[in-house]
Amino acid sequence: MEKEINSKNEWPLWEVFIRSKAGLDHKHAGSLHASDAEMAIENARDVYTRRMEGVSIWVVESKNIHASDPGDSSSMYDPAADKIYRHPTFYNLPDEVKYM
Amino acid sequence: MQSNTNTASPSAAAAEAQLKYTLQLADDALIIGHRLSEWCGHGPILEQDIALTNTALDHLGRARSLYQYAAELFNKLPSEAKNNFFTSIPMQQLIASGNNIGEDNLASLRDGWDYRNALLLEQPNTDWAYTIARSFFYDAFNYLSFKCLSDSPDAVIAAIAAKSLKEATYHLRWSKEWVIRLGDGTEESHMRMQKAVDDLWMYTGELLAPEKTARQNGVDGSALRQPWLDIITEVFSEANIAMPAGTWMQEGGRDGRHTEHLGYILAELQFMQRAYPGMQW
Repeated sequence: MEKEINSKNEWPLWEVFIRSKAGLDHKHAGSLHASDAEMAIENARDVYTRRMEGVSIWVVESKNIHASDPGDSSSMYDPAADKIYRHPTFYNLPDEVKYM
Repeated sequence: MQSNTNTASPSAAAAEAQLKYTLQLADDALIIGHRLSEWCGHGPILEQDIALTNTALDHLGRARSLYQYAAELFNKLPSEAKNNFFTSIPMQQLIASGNNIGEDNLASLRDGWDYRNALLLEQPNTDWAYTIARSFFYDAFNYLSFKCLSDSPDAVIAAIAAKSLKEATYHLRWSKEWVIRLGDGTEESHMRMQKAVDDLWMYTGELLAPEKTARQNGVDGSALRQPWLDIITEVFSEANIAMPAGTWMQEGGRDGRHTEHLGYILAELQFMQRAYPGMQW
């Protein structure tokens, strides 16, 4: 499969992260093809911000993203399920502390 | 009501000149917008298809604002000036009926000789390199001239230019990078980019032709020539593209003398309104 894609000389795939005007962090918006980082940012601008979705763009080549294996999820995430003491829900937060 | 055309007041002549210049800016925008829209659904890759369509709509949006203003200027002309302004028969019929004209009439009812766009912009897409070269020459010109027009004594033109400058800045960034990408790319992309630049070069002189009305709006063609050349030279040197050697420039668009391509564009653009006058959808 990968070989077939390469043989068609397709441009590399990029993952796009957009920060909205009111947002604090960049959120994954989708992916697209581009020949270089500059073009990836411009393509992202045209594909993902033309309806005023964002004010900042990050792109990263998809091949540089390493993901956890969904098959490992029970050993990776289930052990956290009964550790309620890890949540700071027992503290009273002062009003001055924002974004918690 | 003027009884003698030879004694038209200076202000009426100035209004006509400003109308012509507004139409020139509008026609540039409509024709390049239409050319770029021809790529819709045919772009080399989905992302560039969207990019070009966005850009085409920027140009079309500017064309609308300018046509609206042009119609306003036209409707305020003395009736004698109105009757003599356009030579296209459908326009003359509309004007003879005594009705005001609108933006759509200007786009749909004028024949080629009443269009004032630069010849460069009606040249066919041909291939991606031609499309890029055409846009690059025009975007560099727009970027510089909208900067000047933002200070035009005509408040409407100044406002349209200020909004368009942001768009033109991005258009120039986009087309400039493509010139570099193709020029400094593969052997074939380089060859095509060089050919497109060489072939279209003779249409660039018209963009920077010194014009009185343009100057009154803040755009001095001869003063913009060097900054425009600086942009072109810098990008070409990065793109490994040789400056075209030709010095002969083809002009005529500003006077309604066009290449054969404009007629085909207008046939496609205007057919529905000519066959079914006033139709809406």
